[in-house]
Amino acid sequence: MSTTTAPLSPWSAVRLVASREIKQRAGSKAFLWTTVVLVVLIVGGAFLAQTLRGGESTLAVGVTQETAALAESVTETASGFGTTAEVTTVTEEEGRTQVLDGDLDAVVLSAEGGTVKVITKSTLDTDLSSVLTVIAQQTVLAEQVTSLGGDPSDVSRAVAQASVDVEAIEPPREIDPSQIISAYLVGILMFISLQLCGAMIAQGVVEEKSSRVVELLLATVRPWQLMAGKVLGIGVIGLGQVVVLVAAAAGSAAGFGLLDGMDLNLGATVLWTIAWFLIGFTMYALLFAAAAALVSRQEDVGTVTTPILMLMMIPYIVSVSVAPFAPDSPVVVWLSYLPFTSPLIMPTRVAVGGVEMWQVAVVMAVNIALVPLLVGLAGRIYSNAVLRSGARIKLKDALRAA
Amino acid sequence: MPMLEIDNLSKSYGPLRALDSMSFSVASGEIFGFVGSNGAGKSTTMRIALGVLAADSGEVRWDGAPLDVAARRTVGYMPEERGLYPKMKVADQLVYLARLHGMSASDARAAMEHWTEKLGVAARRDSDVQTLSLGNQQRVQLAAALVHDPEILVLDEPFSGLDPVAVDVMSGVLREKADQGAPVVFSSHQLELVEHLCDRVGIIRAGRMVACGTVDELRSHAAPRWLVDAPGAAPGWADALPGARVVSTTGSRTVVEVGREPDAEQAVLQAALATGTVREFAPQRASLTDLFRDVVSAEAPSEDTPSTDTPTKTKRSFLSKGRAA
Repeated sequence: MSTTTAPLSPWSAVRLVASREIKQRAGSKAFLWTTVVLVVLIVGGAFLAQTLRGGESTLAVGVTQETAALAESVTETASGFGTTAEVTTVTEEEGRTQVLDGDLDAVVLSAEGGTVKVITKSTLDTDLSSVLTVIAQQTVLAEQVTSLGGDPSDVSRAVAQASVDVEAIEPPREIDPSQIISAYLVGILMFISLQLCGAMIAQGVVEEKSSRVVELLLATVRPWQLMAGKVLGIGVIGLGQVVVLVAAAAGSAAGFGLLDGMDLNLGATVLWTIAWFLIGFTMYALLFAAAAALVSRQEDVGTVTTPILMLMMIPYIVSVSVAPFAPDSPVVVWLSYLPFTSPLIMPTRVAVGGVEMWQVAVVMAVNIALVPLLVGLAGRIYSNAVLRSGARIKLKDALRAA
Repeated sequence: MPMLEIDNLSKSYGPLRALDSMSFSVASGEIFGFVGSNGAGKSTTMRIALGVLAADSGEVRWDGAPLDVAARRTVGYMPEERGLYPKMKVADQLVYLARLHGMSASDARAAMEHWTEKLGVAARRDSDVQTLSLGNQQRVQLAAALVHDPEILVLDEPFSGLDPVAVDVMSGVLREKADQGAPVVFSSHQLELVEHLCDRVGIIRAGRMVACGTVDELRSHAAPRWLVDAPGAAPGWADALPGARVVSTTGSRTVVEVGREPDAEQAVLQAALATGTVREFAPQRASLTDLFRDVVSAEAPSEDTPSTDTPTKTKRSFLSKGRAA
């Protein structure tokens, strides 16, 4: 056999390590299934959102021969309340069966002397109840106006024109539902992806340590090459997963028509999410790699990664519970400026809207500027700790030992 | 001829001195056996040589130049604690390791095929390592050390856990690599195997090399031993002999260690003859195990390291007949 070993450049070593990670992870059933389940959840969620929205938009109201005259005022009043009502004329008999079957929300049987008589299945829809209360009041008013010799239609026209003119000094920013939903999704997606990737890195580092293969590897590559290759490889895998999930979310939102008539900038949200994922991934991946190098057994991974998970949990919780509804609250704003927490919360703020682009750029730059520092620190901890097996290594020992 | 030189390595873990001026060298084509009690420093020495551990002082050289990162790629290494990815296929794993050592993809694949064939694990190429038996994992581990066609072999306990057939395969491979010109260093507790296989042996204790040379050389420095079979002698007959020490007694057979001066054994023979019949009186060839026990149990390291000064080989045989002085 001829000897064909050539010197390996540092970059080739990193690339070899990275491509092994990609090949192993992408081929693993656990990874594929996690991705499939997440895609199903996203598409399912979008489908659910669409059905819920479609179901509550129209009120189905039935009128009988006697109350057919009310049909017009029911539709008009309903639109005054911001809903639409579809009125059909039925006999009382038909009305009862259709209400029971759920085809009609209610049937109006009579409207005399200030009392509107309605049949419904169990409880009357609150919007419909308000609509019918107004109609009841109008019939009373009309009867009184007629008995006083006036024209009820003139009166109701005049009443309809009465209005309050409001001048807001500081009008609230309009946040439409699509922005809230996408902010919510972006927050969850960032957390899940960063956390999954972090877990993959930690598990990969400890796998090499516990199986002792790391000694064989470090006889030929430097520790930093091994760490960089691992982070790069899992980063590519993680990015692929995020792209698939974001595409599933954006595709189903567009496909189910969830964004029709709403002013969400889908493209910008997607791009920002991916950019923030890359930054957040780099920062947290390095932390996870360094932390995992401190222990030698899979059972101990939890103890060293918990502080990092905490660091991710706080902005995540704020990002899904406060940010979509109160994007300008001080907690949200400050967490979106700090390094480490910003990747998890800034994308949510961007999705809600109302953040200046220069602010986002500055925060992003601060995070990027921290990366070389983190690389140095994580590389040092990793190199010092990765070959020491046995008990958990104290962080300060790993930092000190040269 | 290129030499692998371990020069004056020292390493301490806090107050524990793991290596204390450890030095030896292995020439191309030579198999060097590294023996010592658990914790004597064998693995530490090998790990330093492979750069996975830093020495406090000292140097490892190959062909006169320090063994640096680039040169280490030409070393085949088998760590004491076996290490392979448990959930990676045998073939993928070996190809990956070969490529990390700088082989091209196609050469790496060819080398993987060659070594899995040779070590009898070709049928398991597509199995995850964790599904293999311990013996087969060990074969794959050896393949991992050999797959990049190394110029130097450093193997920590390559024979532990192997069945006799695998031991033969492994011995054959080590001999073959040495014949191709590689220096081969391995550690083992199977001293008979070391004695049989190695050109030279180093015995270490508490981080120091206490004896180093061919087995014959080591033997020549040990005190001569004689076996005496004197059925008529009372128990303890040899205990008080001047200049002699009883090593062991089995029935009527007694092994006695005597001084190195010429004819020191004759006093023992006379004492034996004085007790009656002597059926056998013969020099005992010390095995490596005996030598190892002597060296390792010695209270203080005697003025050690008798290396290459000309040995005085004495081969005398006296069978079943007494010889009067």
